[in-house]
Amino acid sequence: MNDKTQPVVLPQNGISRRDFMKTVGGASLALGLGIKGALDPALAAETGPIKVGILHSLSGTMAISESTLKDNMLMLIAEQNAKGGVLGRKLEPVVVDPASNWPLFAEKARELLSKDKVAAIFGCWTSVSRKSVLPVVEELNGLLFYPVQFEGEESSRNIFYTGAAPNQQAIPAVDYLMNDLGITRWVLAGTDYVYPRTTNKILEAYLKQKGVKDEDIMINYTPFGQSDWQSIVAQIKQFGSAGKPTAVVSTINGDANVPFYRELANQGIKSQDIPVVAFSVGEQELSGMDTKPLAGQLAAWNYFESIKTPENEAFIANWKKFKKDPKAVTNDPMEAEYIAFHMWVKAVEKAKSTDTNKILESIIGVEVPNLTGGMAKMLPNHYITKPVYIGEIKPDGQFDVVWKSKGEVPGEAWSKYLPGSKDLIADWTPPINCGAYNTVTKKCTGSGG
Amino acid sequence: MNTQPTVLSNFSLPLQWTLRLLLQWPLQWLLRLSWLVLMALLFLPPAQAESIAPGSATVSALAEGGMARSQALNDWIEQPPADPADAAALHALNHDRLFVHTTAPARLGVEHADGQLRDPASGAVLGTSTDTGWEKIRLNNAIRIKLRPRIDLLDLRAPDAAVRHAAAEDLFSARLTPAYVQEIKALIPTLAEPETQAKLGQLVAGFELNDPNPQVRLAAVAGVADVLDPEIRARLAPLAENDPDPTVKAAAKAALDSIQRRVDVWQFSQNLVFGLSLGSVLLLSAIGLAITFGVMGVINMAHGEMMMIGAYTTWVLQQLLPNHLSAALFLAIPAAFVVAGLVGIAIERGLIRFLYGRPLETLLATFGLSLMLQQAARLIFSPLNRAVALPEFMQGSWALNPVFAITFNRMYILIFSLLVFFALLLLLKRSTFGLRIRAVAQNRQMARACGVRSGWVDALTFGLGSGIAGVAGVALALITNVGPNLGQNYIVDSFMVVVLGGVGNLWGTLVAGMGIGVLNKFLEPYAGAVLAKVVVLVLVILVIQKRPRGLFPQKGRAAEE
Repeated sequence: MNDKTQPVVLPQNGISRRDFMKTVGGASLALGLGIKGALDPALAAETGPIKVGILHSLSGTMAISESTLKDNMLMLIAEQNAKGGVLGRKLEPVVVDPASNWPLFAEKARELLSKDKVAAIFGCWTSVSRKSVLPVVEELNGLLFYPVQFEGEESSRNIFYTGAAPNQQAIPAVDYLMNDLGITRWVLAGTDYVYPRTTNKILEAYLKQKGVKDEDIMINYTPFGQSDWQSIVAQIKQFGSAGKPTAVVSTINGDANVPFYRELANQGIKSQDIPVVAFSVGEQELSGMDTKPLAGQLAAWNYFESIKTPENEAFIANWKKFKKDPKAVTNDPMEAEYIAFHMWVKAVEKAKSTDTNKILESIIGVEVPNLTGGMAKMLPNHYITKPVYIGEIKPDGQFDVVWKSKGEVPGEAWSKYLPGSKDLIADWTPPINCGAYNTVTKKCTGSGG
Repeated sequence: MNTQPTVLSNFSLPLQWTLRLLLQWPLQWLLRLSWLVLMALLFLPPAQAESIAPGSATVSALAEGGMARSQALNDWIEQPPADPADAAALHALNHDRLFVHTTAPARLGVEHADGQLRDPASGAVLGTSTDTGWEKIRLNNAIRIKLRPRIDLLDLRAPDAAVRHAAAEDLFSARLTPAYVQEIKALIPTLAEPETQAKLGQLVAGFELNDPNPQVRLAAVAGVADVLDPEIRARLAPLAENDPDPTVKAAAKAALDSIQRRVDVWQFSQNLVFGLSLGSVLLLSAIGLAITFGVMGVINMAHGEMMMIGAYTTWVLQQLLPNHLSAALFLAIPAAFVVAGLVGIAIERGLIRFLYGRPLETLLATFGLSLMLQQAARLIFSPLNRAVALPEFMQGSWALNPVFAITFNRMYILIFSLLVFFALLLLLKRSTFGLRIRAVAQNRQMARACGVRSGWVDALTFGLGSGIAGVAGVALALITNVGPNLGQNYIVDSFMVVVLGGVGNLWGTLVAGMGIGVLNKFLEPYAGAVLAKVVVLVLVILVIQKRPRGLFPQKGRAAEE
């Protein structure tokens, strides 16, 4: 769980893997050129439905977030099938339940790829579950689309990251607080695991670069499911009343948020005293909270349900119909998965095949409209371009957009603000073809997984 | 300009005219100009009353939206309001009830409770908030921050003394510009209550700590000598460190030291209250387990799910009585007891009674049961959390000073947990049912020989323990998530409290719960939440090493083994 283990960079291993890929890639290319059309098993033999794997926890602690995404995928697949499927073939969802159990994620991914032979997997929520699936999809040459905002610092040949990287969520949020609300003192509060620790490390480096002094940054970590926030909120209150405008940047994980916000409200801290900007609180989390005391607090996302576009309204209406619940809400990871799914569909149609290697080539540069306007584009580093929005929580549990980025922000796999990764880039197109390429030494240092 | 023709007709000679032009006119114009300036100065406030009149520059800019609107809002808020209409519009803006007519004529409307928009000045009805053309001026934090001192200053003129005092207190956390400080200073003599005056005096003194004049600084230090506000401390600190004037420096240092001593005392009490409050939650969640595990010796891993059932009962009752939050909450206490108690009895009759004397099998079976109950909650209520709202009387806190405050929901839970504890103690020690429970726990054979139906007592005891867990769930619903995972977060803590306190001893549970709570809260500010938890666990292990039967061991079925 230590972030130091995050960029697993193994130079020798990486180079050999890269060389291996080169050889395999070259061989398969030669093979493809030679006998194209004659004996391509992907085209000739398969006329039945295309299988799509859905790898989201339906039981255990993560079911609260992930079960929605399972339904989201089922809806997207049903919609696509109603439009005639892909390449004239129907899509068939294969749903498995990794039960919030990280090793089980790897097992289930293996099962999906080798037994069910799915063309792509959409799944995971926590970084640790993705890290557990990563070696499996690389080994079996599968495709994983990961739809959740996360800490970045990874780029795998076989994974596409359609959630926000830190530069598409955390950095713009801090900029907003600094420029629009005049914040000069910062509390970085998070749950004690890899995403908050890495994000806070990036933010701390960023703030210091902006001239914020050590004594104006307070970093606080709490265990999972923290329910007693009395002393921490009191500490934040003391820290925030020293005469400098203060804000809390919260990477507190879902379940601990209700008692956190409740304590803030009860201790009388309002959004105009110490605004809290959260990266893990969206419409779905708010639907399980008493939102009245939260009004005015902030969240940074790439999608809000309240943004009015025809695409978004249609999406929301379909979702409510699909869930048979007029109160069902949509959220950012759902949009990220919507984009991921449509990018995959486009890539399959472009490649005229569901073959992994062909899609890896065809998907780079594919553009899909965002639900909130503008286009999402798959970048060579397997991240996408995203618009950034800052919203204020309204008493009804929706968001009022108070700031949006000018156009889309391209996702960065490696943060510029971390000493370990500032020289790294990811680029899965020739000639670099590497997940962690050092621009100074001009060497590939592994896939970064 | 219109006097020019007269001048021309009276003086026709060019020379005279030129002379006049050279000497008299500039003088005349100078006079006129100063007159104009004087008039402007005199009549500026009334002229400003036009600022929010229909079609005025401010209102037009507000109607325009975008950057023009934010700029106009800024300027409008910063100016002292000119008349009651202006003040009314500012209040409406603060309450999210100010509308602007975006098409001509640009004008402001204040939304009233009946949905009607009224003119801020005349009170004439202009339409309803849903009419086309009207747009709400939406607040965001940037505007709220700017608006806050302005509204506080308006409230300082309110007829209600309580409102005035609250405004004075609120100004301590507002962002004040020097202009606001001057306004406040001018307002102080007009206030009737000495307390409010003193409060504002402290606020102004806080700003005068940075005055270039050492005499003013010295007076300011004296003015803030007994203010515990952290902002004042932050301003005093640099003075005590390096003020050029030695008297000011010494005075600031003395004031800071005396403030710090008082802050330390208050902070100690605050930590103690936090600790007792955390302890009360631990006590509540452990007390049911003290019955099922402590008295009966059943390792019930599904104990947390009994709390979950109690929490969901609270939510269901709130859904049934959406307009009576307090009533729903009070009803939830007996309802949760009954629902969780019945589930407990069913578990005892259906599962646990076949496993008495086989603790490992009981552990596994109840663990499986807890997973089943969690998944059942996911199927029935969806995997998403459910929102339980706090009734009005449980919101907010009672702040004695800036360092010490007690939040109401925590205080009620502390009282409630003690009530439950003593009620249970009374039941066990003073009632026939309690006597039977103790008899069966201490010697089953003898109790049966005396005519106690031990099987029936077992079921009811388990039901009692589960019912109390359900009641704990009601309290937990008020501080944390109501969801399928609720129980998991408390099960380990519950066992820890019961084992530490001594299995089978209610007083031990009380002492252990409160002790762990207080210890945790005193460690947390220094060690951080994660490390504090680790240290507490290590200490508990050490205590159990020394006293394997807990702090207060008790004789009973569990002790006999």
